[in-house]
Amino acid sequence: MPLVKGGKITADTFASVADDAALPEGGDVLVSAARFLQDPDSVLQRAGKAGVIWPNNRDVDDLVPHLQRLAVVALAFPSFRDGRAYSQARLLRERFHYRGELRATGQVLRDQFVFMLRAGFDAFDVRKQADAEAFAQTVKRYSVFYQPTGDGRITALHRRMQLRHSESAGL
Amino acid sequence: MTSPLQQKIKITGPSIVTANRTSDGVVIYRTAAKDWSTELASAAIVRAADEARALLAESVADDLGAVGPYIAPVEMSDGAVRPGNLREQIRLSGVTIALPIQA
Amino acid sequence: MYAYDEIDRTLVNERVSEFRDQVKRRLSGELTEDEFKMLRLQNGVYLQLHAYMLRVAIPYGTMSSQQLRRLAHVARRYDRGYGHFTTRQNIQYNWIKLVDLPDALADLAEVGIHAMQTSGNNTRNVTSDQWAGVAPGEIEDPRIWAELLRQYTTLHPEFSFLPRKFKFAITASAHDRAAIKIHDIGLRLHKSADGETGFEVLVGGGLGRTPFIGKTIKPFVAGRDLLSYVEAILRVYNQYGRRDNIYKARIKILVHELGIEKFAKEVEDEWLQMRDGALVLDHEVVEDIRSRFFYPAYEKLPHMPEELKRAAHDARFEAWRKNSVSLHKEQGYAIVTISLKPVGGPPGDATAEQMDALADLADTYSFGEIRVGHEQNLALPHVARRDLPALWKALDKLGLATPNVNLITDIIACPGLDYCSLANARSIPIAQELTRRFANHDTANLIGRLHINISGCINACGHHHVGHIGILGVEKNDEEFYQITIGGRADENAELGHLIGPAVPYGDVADVVEDIVEAYLALRAQPDELFVDTVKRLGVEPFRERVYATR
Repeated sequence: MPLVKGGKITADTFASVADDAALPEGGDVLVSAARFLQDPDSVLQRAGKAGVIWPNNRDVDDLVPHLQRLAVVALAFPSFRDGRAYSQARLLRERFHYRGELRATGQVLRDQFVFMLRAGFDAFDVRKQADAEAFAQTVKRYSVFYQPTGDGRITALHRRMQLRHSESAGL
Repeated sequence: MTSPLQQKIKITGPSIVTANRTSDGVVIYRTAAKDWSTELASAAIVRAADEARALLAESVADDLGAVGPYIAPVEMSDGAVRPGNLREQIRLSGVTIALPIQA
Repeated sequence: MYAYDEIDRTLVNERVSEFRDQVKRRLSGELTEDEFKMLRLQNGVYLQLHAYMLRVAIPYGTMSSQQLRRLAHVARRYDRGYGHFTTRQNIQYNWIKLVDLPDALADLAEVGIHAMQTSGNNTRNVTSDQWAGVAPGEIEDPRIWAELLRQYTTLHPEFSFLPRKFKFAITASAHDRAAIKIHDIGLRLHKSADGETGFEVLVGGGLGRTPFIGKTIKPFVAGRDLLSYVEAILRVYNQYGRRDNIYKARIKILVHELGIEKFAKEVEDEWLQMRDGALVLDHEVVEDIRSRFFYPAYEKLPHMPEELKRAAHDARFEAWRKNSVSLHKEQGYAIVTISLKPVGGPPGDATAEQMDALADLADTYSFGEIRVGHEQNLALPHVARRDLPALWKALDKLGLATPNVNLITDIIACPGLDYCSLANARSIPIAQELTRRFANHDTANLIGRLHINISGCINACGHHHVGHIGILGVEKNDEEFYQITIGGRADENAELGHLIGPAVPYGDVADVVEDIVEAYLALRAQPDELFVDTVKRLGVEPFRERVYATR
């Protein structure tokens, strides 16, 4: 499945390692939450970047102490209809100030890209090739946003305030 | 939500597969010619569970042409096919009340 | 009403564009129905028995005459010439084609109407009191806050895939015309001791398979904190609401399973971490939204103008005036309720012609504004009392002056098995027969205020649980049967009705209702004791006896 990052399809350097498989010597790895929490250092103190796949039915609190050392946190959309990862994403970004790659995995479809970006995802394990190719186009669909998230975009309410002030300032 | 194909299929009498046409929502019936018709008389009639399952499976596979296919009962009287319950009667002949405006 | 600006219009247009693309991809096969279904639901597009159905939002029940004309246009151009007003202040079109939907939505977008989030597992139309802004004794106009909530909840990236649907209602009057206690979040606007505007917040109300009356989670949330507090509730729900079983996925189940104290604590813990963040509603922002609401320049008018005195001799006019005209906060003005419950007609429907004519009447007599209430009636909120006789003549010609508001023939009903694929039984013909049985207005007035609510299935879109008389369609051996409940209420004293006995067949329902009414007339303590109060006083037993004596 194509990985989209920075608005385009990118090679994925991260390899998913099964719980019962040995971690490779070098290279970037993605491991499950259970494996990671059992022995975080074994994953973090390697040559190669570390990423965790966090399930959508578990609070992110247990992950928080390790965020600064993680290169990737992958969150899950088991069905595109299951929106729990949007809350997890916003908490990771806005409350816990996670700065690494936040990856959407699972049933990641075109019509959720804008929501995902706004929630703080910056990498997308896209289900369909055609959707991955349409990414750059799709994210331009909306220019107006009513509510604030961590994406820094000005909300409609505040844009209006801006316009009002520039009107009254005679600009 | 269970896919219609995984649900247990029980037939209590002659049955058909019906759905709604994707483009406009019109009621349609699966024919024996692997097609859809708006005429109940053209519907393929099945009488056993495995027949029904097969008919439903091919209907479901036509995701482009039809939305939400399911198995519905029919009644046979004098060789003519009639809807097997009130719901299917309403789907065939329309609402049981006068519309405010003539369609 | 709220005036859309460039910003609001842009969003609606962007949404229409997106949906046009989604429909195209569905029709080309690029999107499967499974992938498309949630997308179309997020634009209010259902599949019913015979056709698609489009549910269009009328935010907090307020629209302009221009908007009403455009709703008429859609009915005429893309549907079968009529629309149905719902129990959540929306309008439904029953015969719309998928291929036409993008154009229909584009036509609506031109006048600031949309169908965003009128279906799907997201936050739905924020409903309110249809007399908001004009009711005497109202604390302040709740629609300002409804609009703030509408914007906040529209295309919210975190809450567009909730475990299940989520409904808000808001009221600012002592008498709750918005039924806030049967909503996922109910908001009662009031002022603190220091005069600060805030909200009593209730959660977990809702009908359906497991009905609950909402519980107070916080007695006072200041206006400034409204959005952050709502976000905390939604976040707790999004994360912990059940997703394994659609019948247990509403927030009411989560509240019930955790208990209100534990739930309140979860919300409070979350809220304390974000209450002073980006969602704070400062005074300037609230006032900006308030400034975009149009309020008429009322004239100074007498309470009893000559026109009204002269018309008093007309018995039919007087009957209508006493029934459908309510006090306005401004002297010399009135709120006129337009009954969409003609005798023998389907409740809540209006033809395109009626909509166009009503738009003209709104222009002439109501400063261009129309309201819709959850009882499926319309209202003209700013009518000068001197214009009442002329208005009535016009409404009468249009079949929009049935003087039965709040009476037994003012029935609230879902579309039922005639239209809806979820239904077990029909509801509209039941309503029609009941209006015929009680067509005599003297009889109806003798009976007094009595709300009948009819639902064709347990999903309760007709709100039968909170009907004074509730009628629920069930299926028994392939036949239509109906369970009858009595004593429900949807207002500030909200309460669920009680079953009177075993379900009765389709043909018996009207007789049963007659029996119930006869029992009430015989048992009421005095003529002005309402049906629902007699039930409260005496319980279900005397009614059960009367109804089941011969059944």
